[in-house]
Amino acid sequence: MIQAVCVKQVPDTETRVKVAADGRSFDPAGVTWVLNPYDEYAVEQALRVREQQGGEIVAVSVGGAVVPTALRNVLALGADRAVHLRTDRPAPDPLAVARALASAIRDLGAGLIWFGKQAVDDDQAQVGPMVAELLGLPCATMAASFALEGDRVTVEREVEGGREVVELALPAVITAEKGLNEPRYASLRGIMAAKKKTIEERPADLGEPNLEVVALELPPPRAAGRIVGEGAGAVAELLRALREDAKVI
Amino acid sequence: MSILVFIEQRDGQVRAVSREILGEATRLATALGGPVVGVCPAAVDPGLAALGEAGAERVLLAVHPAFASYDASGYARAVVAAAQALKPAAILLAASAMGRDLAPRVAARLGAGLATDCTALEAAGGRLVAARPVFAGKALQKVVFPRTPALVSLRPKAFAPVVLAGRVATVEALAVDHDPAAPGAKVLRVVAAGTGKVDLTEAEIIVSGGRGMRGPEHFRLLEDLAGALGASVGASRAVVDAGWRPHADQVGQTGKTVSPKLYVAVGISGAIQHLTGMTSSRCIVAINKDPEAPIFKVADFGIVGDLFEVVPALTEAVKRLEAHA
Repeated sequence: MIQAVCVKQVPDTETRVKVAADGRSFDPAGVTWVLNPYDEYAVEQALRVREQQGGEIVAVSVGGAVVPTALRNVLALGADRAVHLRTDRPAPDPLAVARALASAIRDLGAGLIWFGKQAVDDDQAQVGPMVAELLGLPCATMAASFALEGDRVTVEREVEGGREVVELALPAVITAEKGLNEPRYASLRGIMAAKKKTIEERPADLGEPNLEVVALELPPPRAAGRIVGEGAGAVAELLRALREDAKVI
Repeated sequence: MSILVFIEQRDGQVRAVSREILGEATRLATALGGPVVGVCPAAVDPGLAALGEAGAERVLLAVHPAFASYDASGYARAVVAAAQALKPAAILLAASAMGRDLAPRVAARLGAGLATDCTALEAAGGRLVAARPVFAGKALQKVVFPRTPALVSLRPKAFAPVVLAGRVATVEALAVDHDPAAPGAKVLRVVAAGTGKVDLTEAEIIVSGGRGMRGPEHFRLLEDLAGALGASVGASRAVVDAGWRPHADQVGQTGKTVSPKLYVAVGISGAIQHLTGMTSSRCIVAINKDPEAPIFKVADFGIVGDLFEVVPALTEAVKRLEAHA
């Protein structure tokens, strides 16, 4: 089976966000870029499926100069080849990205198309299900478990107050939640092998923009609070403050 | 132009979050104009006329036995059919588990821009501006839409419902074909997480534990405090990565972003990826033995001390309070 894994390169989660001079974009100066954390679970699950069934894993990503590093990472983890859908449009909107991915994936004949449940920079959580819709495929978002039997996939996804058990027929799109598996690290051999694998570059077919960002702002800092006391003796004053000052209980 | 609201039902009950969305739609309607119209795919009418009080003028009900449980493809067809009939200025959904799955499908079908998990909407000069946290809340992004409809999902608990006493919504049938050959993801069953457990994103009060809890067995202390307060229990990333608590409990950048009215952080030092997930809480309490812990910089009230003494004392004091109330 051929599997596609769609990934994104994002700022590390310890990044302190700075707003660029235009007042509406993220200032990338000095940022450490990493593979989106949720994408690691998607890559891992694709590798496990290939270990059972064989086939090929194709990593795909849309973006500019930071993309090849992400793809090289996925190749080092074990993907067979990669496609970089190149664009210089900064932070294209999710529907535009989904269109570019769908047109690149359409002819792969992939049985499983993997995504992280969302990218930890823009937090949109849109591209996976949009690609499913554009390709006319079933989709399970936020998969916390995965089982494949024949051409049937069963996943569990977290919903408010419980878990939904969802069944899909292949070909299908799955977006991975944290906890889906325990992602492996790239081995030295994998890193060396990745250097010989190909990253094919093609222009991204984004179409018209569907969203326009007009501002990026930092939240107002929280005013410093007060230490009400030390140890168990401070409990009475805490409860009084919660009832009378904050009025939250 | 109207405002279309997706009404979410589960097990024949309209979910509370849909009233929050209707409330915001009602406020927007005064600026953008037009009626607030709901659309609800369901197996039977979950009492939609009552949503008049929550702000809906009309509700389009798409009835089909297959709509008893969530069906992405069928539900998307219902919302798209309503959008094509009404040509709304905006379509509003909840950024719930269902809405997060459904909204991108509707957007792709309509070729419409979608802003997810928004925490504030405004109409500036007849144009909808949606504000949404990015980087798990480290920054706020404002977006506009080049075309209508604007598709927006709204964060649960971020918007207040309205009450228009005595108003009744007109319920109209919406014809939607159910296509059994459509590529569906079928919900086989829903497994409850536990009796009476409120999801973190919908909880009024959250008690969270970090590495200071020293081990999974000590979370009993937090369960007891949460029981006394009527709270849900959360956890830091360190605790989840150590396997002490399930990922569903994680608050922070690779977990949940929460905005309860009260957040109690116990034995949590306050790493930036945790703080981003909870600093929009109305009131934050920190209990930590290290007075230099960064969590105290965002807390409204702090207690410096041994959580194994403070938490049981707090639980007992809350119980006494309840007994007197």
